[in-house]
Amino acid sequence: MTSKKYILGVFDDEDVLLNAIEKTRAAGTRIYDVFSPYPIHGIDDVLGIERSRLPIVAFFCGLCGTSFALWMQIYMLGFDWPMIIGGKPHIALPSFIPVTFELTVLFAAFGMVITFFIISGLRPTMKVPVMDVRSTDDKYVMAIELKEGTDVSILNDLLRSNGAIEVNEKEVVK
Amino acid sequence: MITEERLSIPKRTTTRFFYMIAIGLVLLVAGLIIAATSGGGHGEEHGAAAGHHVAGWSQRLLANLWMNNVYFTGIAVVGVLFVAIQYVAYAGWSVLIKRVPEAMGSYILIGGVIMLLVFLLPILFTGHNTLFHWTDHSVHELGNPNYDPIIVGKSGYLNTPFFVIRMVAYFVLWFLFFKWMRRESLAEDLNGGLNHYNKSIRLGATFLVIFGVTSSMSAWDWVLSIDTHWFSTMFGWYVFASWWVSGLAAITLTVIILKQNGYMKMVTSNHLHDLGKFVFGFSIFWTYIWFSQFMLYWYANIPEEVIYFQERLGGNNNHYTWIFFFNLVINFAFPFLVLMTRDAKRQMIMLKIVCIAILIGHWFDFYMMIMPGTMRGESGFGLIEIGAALTFLGLFLWRFSAELSKASLVPVNHPFVEESVHHHV
Repeated sequence: MTSKKYILGVFDDEDVLLNAIEKTRAAGTRIYDVFSPYPIHGIDDVLGIERSRLPIVAFFCGLCGTSFALWMQIYMLGFDWPMIIGGKPHIALPSFIPVTFELTVLFAAFGMVITFFIISGLRPTMKVPVMDVRSTDDKYVMAIELKEGTDVSILNDLLRSNGAIEVNEKEVVK
Repeated sequence: MITEERLSIPKRTTTRFFYMIAIGLVLLVAGLIIAATSGGGHGEEHGAAAGHHVAGWSQRLLANLWMNNVYFTGIAVVGVLFVAIQYVAYAGWSVLIKRVPEAMGSYILIGGVIMLLVFLLPILFTGHNTLFHWTDHSVHELGNPNYDPIIVGKSGYLNTPFFVIRMVAYFVLWFLFFKWMRRESLAEDLNGGLNHYNKSIRLGATFLVIFGVTSSMSAWDWVLSIDTHWFSTMFGWYVFASWWVSGLAAITLTVIILKQNGYMKMVTSNHLHDLGKFVFGFSIFWTYIWFSQFMLYWYANIPEEVIYFQERLGGNNNHYTWIFFFNLVINFAFPFLVLMTRDAKRQMIMLKIVCIAILIGHWFDFYMMIMPGTMRGESGFGLIEIGAALTFLGLFLWRFSAELSKASLVPVNHPFVEESVHHHV
């Protein structure tokens, strides 16, 4: 059992929050996370979160789907068990396109979802600390991890001077 | 602060458009003279035996005029359609670029006049238009060796008076809606308020219904009826998809060119990103329609249906085979692979290359729709094709740029203009 301490700055305005994030980061403080009732436009850039590389995964999963679908149909209908269908050649590419398309989409979609779950560690046993229940209602909560030797009063002043209506401390047990 | 932004087209640019038209006409005439003197024959001699004749220079001229006009008219109407869709969807992002599609419709009137002339003049002088097999009187006469019961069966819809009435109706409707929507938009610049916006929504919604019907019907009339015996229930959609993606590419390309010349300062990579998604998505949509039409005919392999693809793939001594595949590469594979990443859609250079490729590619798409039915295996890429394309491009750009410079590029009093300035994806 490890426990971590967080300083929570509670805000009640989106623009004030975005401004506070910029100021806090400019002051050299590392923000653990920001909790909000809804996705805030442009918060990724302000928090310095890099763009996800998930599209690259999607592309290669899709490519696997395309290759698998073409291989499967060409092998099955062309070599393993050739059949004459509608008088067409055994390997008739146009009739393979719909299945190829579907499998490309399927592989890309499943590949993305599975990769996302693995990378972000989402699993049934995962525990997500709720910093402040009001962040699911009408407040925005900025959490800063409290390392040993950090001066709480400096953080307190920083958050308050940037528009936080409350500054709380919370201990999370993992 | 949102301020007006006036586009001033330098005299030099307008002169260049006129040079383009002049050079196009010179090339066209030179090509025609060469074709006529090198034993191409004259169109009139061949009309009677339509379907088996050697196409002459006059046929080649008509086919080129028709093809380019259908292509550019489509792009012009798509401009009006784009604006209508933005209004009906209550779209905010597109406000800063909306003056571009709005001005594209200025070609509609010229397109209508040219199309009417190209259709009617041959009928007035020779009795029938060799582009359209069904205008030939002899196929309707019982006992005549050319008698064609299939065409006679379709003559309730495909007859010259009704065809002309329909053509005039499409152009009048399209032109009126272009004018009305443009008028509301310009009046909004002066007066502000929500009145013009609400009126534009009603106009846009009405235009969508009208265009839904007329786009399909004009595709049957102008393109499908060239291959009179053949039919495809997807054809309206197919022509529309080709027009729509070309129109989107034309809008995007114009925005990029304006931006590179110092205009459209408030348009950011976010707006380009959305335009890029449009171009990317609808080039795939076109492919989907193309393939849906192709695969069903290919699979069923019924002679009267599959003849259309026989003529284009393998038939006519493989005359069109390379264009058949080129069409798919430049209109599907190229935009699909190049515009796939987010960065490509946000960079002007990538988007520009793809838009030019799509505009060229869909010109070839219309070439594939119209040439095999009119020219058989005799079509070419010579002075006539280049000259005709240049002439129409010059005409289109001249009207388009003149219309674009008439009003502010930023619709200053549009209710969503602020939203568009802060657009972020």
